[in-house]
Amino acid sequence: MTTTAAVPTVARTSPRRRRGVGGGQRRAPYAFLAPFLGLFAVFTLAPILLAVYSSFFQVKRSGLGFGGDNTLTFVGFDNYVRAIGDSGFVAGFGRMLGYGVVQVPLMLGLALVLALLFDSAVVRWKPFFQLSVFLPYAVPSVVAALIWGFLYQPRVSPIVEGLHAMGVPVDFLAPGTVLWSLANVAVWSVTGVNMVILFSALQSVPREIYEAARIDGASELRTALFIKIPMIAPSLVLTFLFSIIGTMQLFNEPMTMRAITSNISGDYTPNMAIFQTTTLGGDANLGSAMAVVLGLVIFVLSLVVQKATNRKRGAQ
Amino acid sequence: MSVATAPVVPVVAAAATPPARRRTTSEGERPSLRARVFGWVFMALVALYFLVPIYWLVVASTKSTSDLFGTPGFTFAELNLWQNVVDVSTYNDGIFWRWMLNSMVYSGLGSVLMTLISLASGYALAIYRFRGRSAVIALVLASMLVPQTVLAQPVYTLLVEIGLNNTMIGVLLPTLAYPFGVLLAFTYATASVPEEVVEAARLDGAGEARIFFSIGLRMLSTGAVTILLFAFIASWNNFMLPLLVLSDARLQPVTVGLSGWSQAAITVPGLQTLVVVGALISIIPIIVVFVSLQRFWKSGLSTGAVKM
Repeated sequence: MTTTAAVPTVARTSPRRRRGVGGGQRRAPYAFLAPFLGLFAVFTLAPILLAVYSSFFQVKRSGLGFGGDNTLTFVGFDNYVRAIGDSGFVAGFGRMLGYGVVQVPLMLGLALVLALLFDSAVVRWKPFFQLSVFLPYAVPSVVAALIWGFLYQPRVSPIVEGLHAMGVPVDFLAPGTVLWSLANVAVWSVTGVNMVILFSALQSVPREIYEAARIDGASELRTALFIKIPMIAPSLVLTFLFSIIGTMQLFNEPMTMRAITSNISGDYTPNMAIFQTTTLGGDANLGSAMAVVLGLVIFVLSLVVQKATNRKRGAQ
Repeated sequence: MSVATAPVVPVVAAAATPPARRRTTSEGERPSLRARVFGWVFMALVALYFLVPIYWLVVASTKSTSDLFGTPGFTFAELNLWQNVVDVSTYNDGIFWRWMLNSMVYSGLGSVLMTLISLASGYALAIYRFRGRSAVIALVLASMLVPQTVLAQPVYTLLVEIGLNNTMIGVLLPTLAYPFGVLLAFTYATASVPEEVVEAARLDGAGEARIFFSIGLRMLSTGAVTILLFAFIASWNNFMLPLLVLSDARLQPVTVGLSGWSQAAITVPGLQTLVVVGALISIIPIIVVFVSLQRFWKSGLSTGAVKM
């Protein structure tokens, strides 16, 4: 909207602009960037600063017996000590670690295999299959969790019913299995978009490279393993990084599936703990400290991933 | 459908090609029978996995509450779809359609604004050389790593601070700065707006704003649709922020509303059916948009992915 506001300013300076690189042309990029930078400053940078600031305070009830007076007191790292001492919050990280170790390789592996198959001639009906894999990405994660929630429930689900009939007594919502049931919802939702990114990367590899491999007598499988996968390594790293960031932020699916099982606690994931502390717990300051901790963990994790992959690529 | 992918990006066009290619591998040979059988079986299983939940949703939407629990899930029972739609539309004074409308505002208006803001920024970064340019590019790249839902709590704290909690504006505004969109717009603008054209327009006396709105935007239209699509999905998926910010049910987007119904269904039995039908209705618009804009997400992503 600021862009439209900038129009008259640019028009007024137009005579000056005619003399080479003038005011309009010099100012234009800033005007074009202003809406993004302005919104970014207010709704990304400011909240981060505010969260860090408020994480050092606590609302303390003062006034003896008069009830009302709440004062904001500086408490140093007190909230951080409480956050790290909160066993539920910390357990959430452990849970997400286990979840990520299984879900990310499984999902990316499937996405990679599909991308390689779509890039080969082994698969026919490509447009149809590509669309079926990508379609779940259009389903909001809350709705995906609702649908799968029904498919996990014994009384409604034809899958549970079928498995029981076959003598497999599964319980998708048991304490030990519900985490993997959540992972399945995520695999179903995001395999498609990762497949499309990897497939696009494969398509942009010059075909002559494969030609050379063919002349050398490499099989299609060998070409895939030793030429195609290394060629798209940057895209794989990118999807890996975004998957890890996504994993650590898990919220929508477990929050939605809480309606059908008591085996997902209110602080099941770090993000849910933040939500619970801020709303039910009414402690926005502790919530902010938790958000800062989670943000830092994700930041460190993505640095580690980048460093590790850079070193690996440097070594080759 | 393969025709649709052809003209947009040469990279994709190279793949969709003459009939002879279809049966050949990238090495130019026909895959073995074993490979082709494996391909069919594997893809059939994959399609089954990805499509079955949606198929179940369609079937379940046509059933009454007793049939939902009493008949086999994958087969149709007595057709009760119309009654279900009527029930969903009238329950709680028709709040469901209010939620749909809210979602359209948050995601429809939101994604249009997100796209325009991203295009303006990406265009500026691609066309102009100015002080701070590389700093802005670094900022955009770095902010891709900012975990969005972790921001929800701090944004909520900020909105409370400035008095915008429990307002539609409070949900809309924080989503508008969309770094991924800026990055896509930057790559599109670099690839498809030639500097000579901009220079020629300047010589003709066009102002910078006019060049952007009448020439830049037109050349970026394919990329714009891709950004719009991703922005729409991202904001349609937005859940934690509205859940924190909106206490008034009449302001909620459909995802938050349905999730609330699903929680209430523990005590209100008939609500299960409404959740099912509501879920189906809520994904119809986005699936229609998705299928009809296929060529854009396919081609658009490849332009973006190459440079990323």
